[in-house]
Amino acid sequence: MVLLTLMAAVTVGVVRQRNLFGVVILGGIYSFMMASVLMVLDAVDVAMTEASVGAGISTVLMLSVLYLTKSRESVPHHTPLLPLVVSVITAGVLVYGTLDLPPFGAADNPVHLNTAPRYLEKSIEETGVPNVVTSVLSSYRGYDTLGETTVVFTAGIGVLLLLRGRRRKRKARPARPERGSAK
Amino acid sequence: MTIISEIVANYNQWITIFLMVSGLYIVVARGNMVKKLVGLSLFQTSVYLLYTSPGKILGGTPPILDPDFTVYSNPLPHVLILTAIVVGVATLALGLALVVRINEEYGTIEEDEIFPEKDGE
Repeated sequence: MVLLTLMAAVTVGVVRQRNLFGVVILGGIYSFMMASVLMVLDAVDVAMTEASVGAGISTVLMLSVLYLTKSRESVPHHTPLLPLVVSVITAGVLVYGTLDLPPFGAADNPVHLNTAPRYLEKSIEETGVPNVVTSVLSSYRGYDTLGETTVVFTAGIGVLLLLRGRRRKRKARPARPERGSAK
Repeated sequence: MTIISEIVANYNQWITIFLMVSGLYIVVARGNMVKKLVGLSLFQTSVYLLYTSPGKILGGTPPILDPDFTVYSNPLPHVLILTAIVVGVATLALGLALVVRINEEYGTIEEDEIFPEKDGE
């Protein structure tokens, strides 16, 4: 609960901070706290992935983009009133929705009654893997993981294409001033 | 007393909603593209919390089978969220590559500065 409150505090910091470097570092702190919360929620595999991917790779990617661009955010011209109102209304509707949810952590919630017990019972017998997350991920839902790798592959191709075009252009026209600076 | 127990019971969900809505707010209200992407990933991480918190059983252990334990938390949300984290970082990388290209083309990553330029052409 303390961790969750700290996470909310960091989020407020992310919203208010205008120095993008600070925003990215706060994002890293946020990811680590998210990983600890996931640990408390028994999702150890997810916590490890979040700590390495969310706090590690994402932060490095963001920092490298900040190196290539500017690290200062300018003040927006329009008022943030309309987005604020929309966000508050969304939050209100969602909180109203939570009032009907089953109690937290009870073993007889509908989530725990359908497919999960079968995985827990048959995992050793059918796959021989004691970690049920692994056996579901790579055995029962292998097609899911195949789709995931397809998405990652496509994203990788996209990044490569975007950044390769950039390098070629710079080589071809090195003296051309950029539009923003020419203005 | 009932109000306090209600707050404790729903605290997870409410923090999730707060994170989700602040991510939404950043995406809509801020013009800087890197900031927008940070907001988007905030939204995504709130979804991880939304999925894993119903999977927890109080007094249960992580779903790694062992003869000493009988109550395990639900493994299914964990699997779905593992997939979501990896896909999330892939989309983040693609978005950041787009930001780099936009910066290359327009010399700025602020929406307010990009769109007036287009009108002026």
